[in-house]
Order: sequence, then structure tokens, then C-alpha cells
Amino acid sequence: MTEIVVIARLVPDLVEELEIATSGTALDLAWLRLIINEFDNHAIEQAIILKERSGATVTIISPEAEGVEDMLFTTAAKGADKLIKLTGVGEEKPTNLSMAQTLAEIIKEINPDLVLTGVQAHDDFTGDLAPQLADLLDMPYVGYISGISLGDGKATAYKEYPGGILAEMEIALPAVLGIQSSEEPPRYVAISKVRQMMNTASIEDRDAGVLETDSGVVIDRMYLPEVADRAEMLEGDEEEVASKLIAILQDLGLL
Amino acid sequence: MAVNGIQQSLPFTAQFKESLLKIPEGENIQACLQCACCSGVCPFGFAMDFPPGRMIAWMRAGILDEMLKSDSVWMCVSCYACTEVCPKDIPITLALMTRAKEEALLAGNVPAELQSALEFSQQYGNPLGESSRKRAAWSEELDFEIPIIRKAKRPVDILWFVGDYASYHPRSKNVTIAFATLLNKLGIDFGILGPDEFSDGDSQRLAGERGLFEMLAEKNAKVISRCEFTEIITTDPHAYNAFKNEYPQLGFDFPVRHYTEFLVEHLDEITPLFKENGKAKVAYHDPCYLGRVNKIYDAPRQLIEAIPGLELIEMAHNKSTSLCCGGGGGGMWLDGFRWEKSESRLSEWRVKEAVAVNADILAVACPYEPPRFEDAAKAITGAEKLQVKDVVELIVDAIGN
Ligand code: SF4
Ligand code: SF4
Repeated sequence: MTEIVVIARLVPDLVEELEIATSGTALDLAWLRLIINEFDNHAIEQAIILKERSGATVTIISPEAEGVEDMLFTTAAKGADKLIKLTGVGEEKPTNLSMAQTLAEIIKEINPDLVLTGVQAHDDFTGDLAPQLADLLDMPYVGYISGISLGDGKATAYKEYPGGILAEMEIALPAVLGIQSSEEPPRYVAISKVRQMMNTASIEDRDAGVLETDSGVVIDRMYLPEVADRAEMLEGDEEEVASKLIAILQDLGLL
Repeated sequence: MAVNGIQQSLPFTAQFKESLLKIPEGENIQACLQCACCSGVCPFGFAMDFPPGRMIAWMRAGILDEMLKSDSVWMCVSCYACTEVCPKDIPITLALMTRAKEEALLAGNVPAELQSALEFSQQYGNPLGESSRKRAAWSEELDFEIPIIRKAKRPVDILWFVGDYASYHPRSKNVTIAFATLLNKLGIDFGILGPDEFSDGDSQRLAGERGLFEMLAEKNAKVISRCEFTEIITTDPHAYNAFKNEYPQLGFDFPVRHYTEFLVEHLDEITPLFKENGKAKVAYHDPCYLGRVNKIYDAPRQLIEAIPGLELIEMAHNKSTSLCCGGGGGGMWLDGFRWEKSESRLSEWRVKEAVAVNADILAVACPYEPPRFEDAAKAITGAEKLQVKDVVELIVDAIGN
């Protein structure tokens, strides 16, 4: 049976207005609400699609955070088989390398054919969790994947390049793939199914061990984008505005 | 407590039928005459592969599995028009159509637009995907403060359940502000739940997400049971319906009235406040969940008739035959889908009816409606001057400052 591992992380929800902490170098976490990283959600969907298509055991691993149990049970309702929560992860964000080292130990025990995770997360400066993981596991890595099909000992992955070019590439398994989007949008699962999972599924706790939080990068200042008045407002009635707009577009060589 | 899907081990149709028979009055389905009154009166019947009458026929034939694959059920706006006309008192909307949506949803057949509204309701407690912390942000525009009951830590007379669209929608918010202004003017002792309020969940329930409805109801009940108040008042007929008919079935019993009933009781205090108000013909649109479902036809009309200068007129469909605005049963979140399937909008149909009777104002009493009808009026020839106003806006306009 194909073994698939998905790494799913919770990230700050941008629906809330972000506030800078008094330190001036970090977000004020008090008001932050967490939500699944959209790219990881696509990685989960892709794993479930592969399971439905040709059978697989899907394991989801998530670092602990507020609401992570609900998120894990939701993945179970979608079809995930095993749920693992990494405990002992502090408030301060560990470096990707250190997180990858911890994850690699657990993943080695599972001995998967495929490791999927979102290609990026909006609270991540470097986006190197998946490549670091690939290196530690001694597996090939490809990022920005938007579709996978599994073959015998290999996978075919689809990757979009700018300009509408789609690459189809063959990758020897086991491999780590960074998911940009799943083949189908992430599905909806009825709350009644999630609630059922809360009563029947179980989450395995794994101690994350010692995590390094100092990445060597020093944040000097964190601030909200400053309002600047670079926009030009076109004044006048509809006719005037339209002709000014046409003149601008002509100037830019667009018409 | 959650309703489980039908076990796939038994034939879907047989199980589906069995589940219907368990719903109060569900057994009436056995008496269906196949008269097709339901399918005929259904505003979207023409665009459904399985209008209610046919659904029953196929169910009897044991071949309803087809329905799960069709997207027919997502055309149902839960308007109760079919239930109203059925000669056999079959709970078509409550049982048949809603159960069908639940099964479609469990089978993973959910239009993308609807999916995000359901996800938002789960994450933020409102289907619009707005921050729950900002649920009372509309009140910042007022020149007086509205107590948030948890913070005020004192009993209030009226717990005003504001609702989703009334809290967040830029057009519906004006109605909310008008109602707050009026309550304040009347010296009513009221408070709101503010950020502690969750969606009432009724439209999500009618869109087939019963589990989500129950989750939201539990959250609201938990917050409300900690407040001391005499009764709940709401401007939202969907919230009203949830509190009146659905929450009690989950064991959450709170006294509730729609704001139109409440204001009728205060007409003696409101009437002396009216000023000279010009003249206008007002056609009143009965919201499905105020009118057909809860039989409140007179209160809003009494209020309109009390306002000087306004002449109440009726459209072709009125009271029990009122036409849905298209927002019910998840319709607020399925506009694109329904347009694609039917190339028609119920809100435009309704606006044409208002134009046909030469109305100056189309009056409404539900937060879904002002934005829907105003948008429709932009598309209908002859509706250029038609104003869409909630009844409470008409009252506040006539009082002036
Ligand atoms: S109106 Fe009632 S009796 Fe007639 S077909 Fe519909 S469900 Fe059956
Ligand atoms: S509730 Fe309204 S939309 Fe739904 S089937 Fe009945 S008449 Fe049609």
C-alpha cells in the first residue's frame, strides 16, 4: 500500500487585522486566530485524491497550535487515516531546519512513498521546510506542483511555469513534493462527519524534542504597509474620465 | 445529536424514505396525490431535474439515487411555496427538500459558492467571512453606545439578536442603524451580544448543513443563557425562525419576536413622533420566513399604514403567495450557480411586480432583501426610481431627526 505523509501547519488568519507587538519586531499574537495554511490544505486534498484513485494510507502530521485538533479531525473526516500532533512546540516559531529534523525522524519510521506539504506558508520567510526535509530524508524534491499521478515506483507531477507553460515531470519515489494546488479544490466535509471523527478517531502525540528558534535572521523592524498616495484619481464626469483613461492607456502603449 | 448520513450499505432511496417518515408529519408523504401543485408553484421548478413532485414519484419507484448526482436540489430556495399549496400537508420544504440537500452535501455534491459560505460560518461564525471581532463595528456610526450584554453585566429588557447580514452587509447595516436609532428614541432598555453572537445558522440548515446549524445553535445558546433579559428581538426573519421553531427542538428555548411585532406594540409611542412625510405608494414584500413560514402578515402592514403619506398597495403575489427574493435556503450563496442553471433571478421577477403596480417604494422586512432588490432594480426597465426600504427605515425616515 502506498504511504503518503502530509505536513499541515496552522498560520495566522489574515481576516483579522494584524497588530504589531510592543517590541516592534513581531506580530501581537494575542489577537491572532489561526487557520490552516491554504497550500497545506491543497496538499491534504491531493493526498486524499490519490488515496481515492489508487489506494493509500494517508498520515497527517501537524505541529501543535490552538485549534490543531479540530483541523486534524477535519482531515480524518475527509479520509486521512492517521493523525499525529507534534507536542512541545513553543509560541516562538522554530526554524524550518530544526522543524525538518524533528519531522524527518518521525517520517523515517513511517517509511512513506510520498511526502507532501504546501510549497509555502504566509508566516514563513524562507519557504524551505520541504526542501530541507527532502535533504534530510535523502529524497528528491520538486516544488510548485499542481497535480500528481502515481505509477510503479515513480510519480508524474505537473508544475506550472510563468507564461502558461506546464511541465510534466517524472520523479522517482520516495519523494517530497511542495504543493501549489491540488487537482480539485479542497472539498467540503459536513460538520456531522467531523463531529463523528472527534468521537472515533484518535490523535497520536509525538514530542517535538528541542527545537531551534534562532534562525540567525534578525528582524529590525516589523510594520504595516504605509499608506502612500501614488494613485492618480481621475476627476470629472463619465465622458471626461473615460477620455482621460483612454489617453493614459495610449501613453502606456496598451491601446 | 448530529444527523448522520444515510448508511450506504442499504439502498439510498429506501433509507432516504425511511428518514423522511421519522420527521414530524413526514408520513404524509405516503399520501402524495402526484397533483404537481408543488412543482408548478415552485419558482425554480422549471430549472429542476427533480422538482418535489417528481422526487416523490422517483422515491416511490425506488430509483431516487439519480438525484444525488444531479444538482437539482441546489435550486431550491426553501421558500415554502410548495408546502403552502400541498393539499396533503406534506412538509415538502422542511422534510423532503432539506433532507435531500443534506444527502447531497454528505455525498460531497456542494456548489463551490456555497462551500465557502459554510466554511466561513464554521471559522468565523458568519457566512460572509468577516472577522467575528468586528460583529458590532456597525454600531460605531451611532452617536450613542449600545451595551454589549456580557460587558455591561446587567439585565436588559430586550436582547437584540442582530444577525449576520444585518451586522456586516454594507446595505443591510443601514437598516440595523435605523432600528438602533428607533429603539434609542423610544427609550427601550436593550443590549446586543456583539462579538459573542454567532450566525443563527438557519440558512445553513436549509442549505443542508444540519451539523453546522447545531454547532452554531449550541454556541449561541451558551452565550445567551448567561444573559439576563426578558425577550429576544431580531430584524432577521431567519434568526427569528431559528429561535422560534428550531432552537427549541435542540432544547434551547428563548422567547423571541420579530421587530415588526414588537414595534406594532409601541405604535402609540411612535405615532406622535411622525412628521410631514410627502406621499408615496408602498408595495410590501412578505419575506418567506416571516410570512408563509411564521404567518406574520399584518404587523409590517400595520406599521406602513401608520406612517403619514404612505399608501400601502399589494403586488400580484402577496401574503401567503409571496414570491421569494431568491436569498433563502442558501440562495444568498448560490446566485452565480442559480443564474447559470436558470438564467433568471427571483429578485428581478419581484421588482417587475413592484413596477407593474406603480410602486414608488418596495418595502421589506428582512436583511437579505435590500441589497438583492436594489441590485435587481438596476437591471429592470421602469424600476429606475423604485426605492427599496426596510419598514424600519420608512419609520425612521418619517420621524426625521
Ligand atoms: S403538492 Fe403535495 S400532493 Fe401534490 S404532488 Fe406535491 S407533494 Fe404531492
Ligand atoms: S421550497 Fe420553494 S424552491 Fe424549494 S421546492 Fe418548494 S417551492 Fe421550490
